[in-house]
Amino acid sequence: MARVLLNIPRSVRPGEVVAIRTLIQHGMETGYRPGADGEVLPRDIIRRFTATYDGAEIFAAELSPAIAANPFLSFTLVATVTGPLVLRWQGDNGFDQTETREITVAA
Amino acid sequence: MKVTRRALAGLLATPALAQAAPAVVVIGGGFGGASCARALRRNGLAVTLVEPNATYTACPFSNAVIAGLRPLQRQRFGYDALRAQGIAVVHQAATGVDAAARRVTLTDGSVLAYDRLVLAPGITLRFDALPGYDEAAASVLPHAWQAGAQTELLRSQLDAMEDGGTVVMAIPANPYRCPPGPYERASLIAHFLKTRKPRSKLLVLDAKDVFSKQRLFEAAWASLYPGLLEYVPLSAGGRVTGVDLAARAVVTEFGNHAGAVVNVIPPQRAGEIARIAGAADRSGWCPIDPGSFESRLLPGVHVIGDAAIAGAMPKSAFAANAQARVCADAITALLRGAPVPEPRLLNTCYSLVAPGYGISVAGVYRPAEGVLADIPGAGGTSPLDAPASVREVEAGYAEDWFETITADAFG
Repeated sequence: MARVLLNIPRSVRPGEVVAIRTLIQHGMETGYRPGADGEVLPRDIIRRFTATYDGAEIFAAELSPAIAANPFLSFTLVATVTGPLVLRWQGDNGFDQTETREITVAA
Repeated sequence: MKVTRRALAGLLATPALAQAAPAVVVIGGGFGGASCARALRRNGLAVTLVEPNATYTACPFSNAVIAGLRPLQRQRFGYDALRAQGIAVVHQAATGVDAAARRVTLTDGSVLAYDRLVLAPGITLRFDALPGYDEAAASVLPHAWQAGAQTELLRSQLDAMEDGGTVVMAIPANPYRCPPGPYERASLIAHFLKTRKPRSKLLVLDAKDVFSKQRLFEAAWASLYPGLLEYVPLSAGGRVTGVDLAARAVVTEFGNHAGAVVNVIPPQRAGEIARIAGAADRSGWCPIDPGSFESRLLPGVHVIGDAAIAGAMPKSAFAANAQARVCADAITALLRGAPVPEPRLLNTCYSLVAPGYGISVAGVYRPAEGVLADIPGAGGTSPLDAPASVREVEAGYAEDWFETITADAFG
């Protein structure tokens, strides 16, 4: 499991625009870089990030070898209903990690 | 006796004929400016040093002052030796540079004409970079990144802090003055807490993941300050993006960190006169020719020390002093119509991680493809596995280095 940092408000007002910040610790090996033995290190990157809110996909990103290590992604959503925010990172070598946080909408 | 043109030029440039010697103005009386002024004068040129302060307060070893290991007085240097050498020292700030007319304007409106100008203005702290951290905030949450009153402020805050308090440090991304400096400071603050306030904690928030002498510092922290010093790199959310002054807290993307003492080292750019003169580019720093340190933007103007974009060379007092001497010889050659010699420059940075525990990194540099590049295989860092005696010897070298470099710069 990679270490993940999240900044997600737990409780928000209806209709509030909420900033979501995520960082996942991942080396994002490009596949172009020689290792100590001179052989090119195989590519090992996160390929795709998705965020679903109350079951609907609200944000997604395709990541490429040019993305730096430990990808930091930030996006906003409009809080309408109380529900789970599911964040998922998928990548090379079967990398697949999911973090779920409940967002509570209260007037 | 056969006298070559160059030898003749050397004979003419004796102090007795100083009136006729080409005039060089040096702006900034730190390690770079003072060293350069003295080297230019030794080469027989007429030199004016423009420096607003009558006393210079040196940054190297000021982390030891913060940790209560050294009086600030030992960091202070005057300009009497420069005057005795025949350098005109003007205690005013430069307010303008007219590179076309080769003139510098000073605070009182007077004007200095020059044949060559050296800018050694050091750094300006960017009080626009971290929302909430302006000059007024720095009087509460000190930066202590320009030695003097700020050094004393941080030292007195640490002294006054109750045992059990948290000290928070914010370290910027590259480039900035003294790459290993924040980590030496973290080490010596940790030493202060360990010996004086052992229930306290130090939280070090860094906007990067890799830093100078990292393995040496981290090994020392693990052995000397376990459980006391917590290091949070960029990849663990360490990048400070702002300051909440009322809460005495720094702001990161993933939460706020409050401290009883908060030391914010903000991002930096070249000293203000470099921007006013037009020697700084969009990065805020000054592009230079690596052989002569002449500005890429302003002909006839040279930039040395922290303000310059010196490629692989770090922004250190040692580097500023080395660049000062290379720049002085380049200026002397240019004024005499002689070829500028291709330089080799040396830098060594010593850091103390505790009293009597020194580590170092050294590098040798030469111009290559328009920048100052590391000479591969030259230099290096202290060994990772070394007995305490080696660390103690290096701590002694650090002291000796300080004596040597301050003697070279200030007499």
